[in-house]
Amino acid sequence: MMSNYFYILWIPLLPLITFVILGLFGRKYLAGISGLIGTGSLLTSTLLSFVAAKQYFFVDGKVNGVFQKIVAFKFTWLEFSPGLSIDIGMIVDPISVMMLVVVTSVSLMVHVFSLGYMKGEERYATYFAFLSLFTFSMLGLILSSNIFQVYMFWELVGVSSFLLISYYFNKPSAVAASKKAFIVTRFADLGFLIGILILGYYGGTLDIGLLIERLTTASSTQFISITSASFLGASMLTWGLTLLFMGGAGKSAMFPLHIWLPDAMEGPTPVSALIHAATMVVAGVYLVARMFPVFSMDETALNIVTYVGAASALFAAVIACTQTDIKRVLAYSTMSQIGYMMFALGISKNGGEAGLGYMASMFHLFTHAFFKSLLFLGAGSVIHMLHSNEMRDMGGLRKIMPVTHIAFLIACLAIAGIPPFAGFFSKEEILTAAFHENKIIYGIALFTAALTSFYMFRLYFNIFWSKEAPTSNHAHIENGHNTHDTHDAHDHHGEGPWVMKLPLIILAACAVGVGFIPFSNLVTSDGKALETHIDIVFSIVPVALSVLAILLAASFYKNQNEKSDKVASALGGFYTAAHKKFYVDEVYIFMTKKIIFPFIGQPIAWADRNIVDGFMLLLAKVTLKISELIKGLQSGKVQNYAMYFFGGILALSILFIYIWK
Amino acid sequence: MQEIPLTQILFVSTALFFIGMYGLFTRRNLITMLMSIELMLNSVNINFVAFNKYLFPDNLDGIFFTLFIITIAAAEAAVAIAIIINLYRSHNSIDVDDASEMKY
Repeated sequence: MMSNYFYILWIPLLPLITFVILGLFGRKYLAGISGLIGTGSLLTSTLLSFVAAKQYFFVDGKVNGVFQKIVAFKFTWLEFSPGLSIDIGMIVDPISVMMLVVVTSVSLMVHVFSLGYMKGEERYATYFAFLSLFTFSMLGLILSSNIFQVYMFWELVGVSSFLLISYYFNKPSAVAASKKAFIVTRFADLGFLIGILILGYYGGTLDIGLLIERLTTASSTQFISITSASFLGASMLTWGLTLLFMGGAGKSAMFPLHIWLPDAMEGPTPVSALIHAATMVVAGVYLVARMFPVFSMDETALNIVTYVGAASALFAAVIACTQTDIKRVLAYSTMSQIGYMMFALGISKNGGEAGLGYMASMFHLFTHAFFKSLLFLGAGSVIHMLHSNEMRDMGGLRKIMPVTHIAFLIACLAIAGIPPFAGFFSKEEILTAAFHENKIIYGIALFTAALTSFYMFRLYFNIFWSKEAPTSNHAHIENGHNTHDTHDAHDHHGEGPWVMKLPLIILAACAVGVGFIPFSNLVTSDGKALETHIDIVFSIVPVALSVLAILLAASFYKNQNEKSDKVASALGGFYTAAHKKFYVDEVYIFMTKKIIFPFIGQPIAWADRNIVDGFMLLLAKVTLKISELIKGLQSGKVQNYAMYFFGGILALSILFIYIWK
Repeated sequence: MQEIPLTQILFVSTALFFIGMYGLFTRRNLITMLMSIELMLNSVNINFVAFNKYLFPDNLDGIFFTLFIITIAAAEAAVAIAIIINLYRSHNSIDVDDASEMKY
């Protein structure tokens, strides 16, 4: 079995090689063709991952009707002691193969789109180098067979996200956003690391497969020791899993660690499509799914996942209704959809019919990646043309950008869960699972689904309908992409080159088609096929709600009118609070500036400067004084040295002859 | 003829050693210092030969050591004179006090 999948090593390796080549030589020698190099190598990776998916799902992945976990290869990297080592390996199982397909295909689309979008940028080669680095890290993260390896790639993904958010590093807001993203996710990763250490300590291994095996067997010594040890009233298993989830929540922008995601939209729009919509932000969901058998052993941890996910879904959807920056609306929508995936995992059980939530969550992750990256790329097209992120600068674009318009509409229908688009199928599964497991969650999910349709179509109508089409495209607004001013010479004609339209068309086709994939036969919590069926009666409620929400959005925004303002003023304080993102950022700033900095940061800084540094300075001072005292001994005169030498011999002779007999 | 007692030979060699040491410390001329070092080496040679003859007449270890020391002294003299020549080229002097830059 080892060698059958050895070639998947090349899937992450090719982007890495591209990164090295473009990073070292890109700007000087390959400036013109760096985009093509990046896209070409990724195309190869994509094809390889399709081959892997075909082989796994349809040829040899299934043994006796159960999809196997296959370790493609594995070697010991760091051995601390016999039995405790960090291995580097690659795991092939349904979710990793599914993610391979998602990441490589979305990344490929984004690469192609970027060929047009980033054309003429000064750091064009650097951009593609960073994209390759990100793709490598994300693929490595997916395939990791060791939880510590996951952690390393996790950080690499964070770094590449940081680099790409601050791509326009001459823009102070982008720099601030990248720092915010990095610091917030790093803070969450602290929890992740502690969680790994707890699980590794009690499980006695860092290997995911072995860890799952030991911690899911209720009679194993490891399981007994981790559940019997407790801290502050919760067992160590709960602590470990909750801290692990904290890392995932940070990366996946779950409340209250979501504050970095909207700001991360300062990066180039294709980057937002790739990293902050389709791939990196679902890493948290992937992590929980990867460790799901262990999560399913602990009710408390699963409840935390459920409620954090549901709260984030609702919270973000409400905020998304009030934002005016189109990328921020999409960012909150991403957060909301990831909340969906999270609570779907939380309400799931491991295996069998009760594992519907798990399968639904993965299905939603799969479909969401396509329609959300499509939404972002569509927004990218609009921004590329108008140089503005603000809704008020848009309107009536349906005639100028027909391809973008249709693609965007399809994506909106998909995310709204209108049949037969992809989002409908996955959302139905999630709602079904929620209905069976937890009625409160079902209510939240249903309301969120309606809100989702509302804000997506608010966005759609504001961009493509609302006003008359602008006669002049020279609507330069300063808060948009300053750096895009270099494009002025050549891009003021409709939708941009074909490389920007092609990904939209392909992704639109995916947003229509991927819902029909028999996902429940392929990706389930226990590897066995799961019988699902769309229940027409059950579907009526969510679909009807979505359609109502769309009609409401149409009546508000299709033509310019006062209705939306009236509703906003009727809601009063609530609207303002939502518009200000429920003051979460302000709470963070208060917490850091008013509490953490003066009461923790400054005392620590004082101790560092005076005690730690002081001790070191004292050592240095003493050394300096002593050496100044005795440096005269080194006089440079040979005869003095000879004198010391004979003096030393004399002293030694006296010592050995008379004193130390 | 009466044999010379060991103590007298040791007296000679000690005197030679300290004469050499005195020369090494007081002279500033490198050639003279080198000569003083040779004196000290030879006083050691005398010791070796004398101890060999008086205490272990059956062995030849002391004599061998002496031969080694003479060889090494010759090599050392060659190296030392080469150093002195180089010093003269760079400093135009073979006075040790003129070559005291290597200090704190």
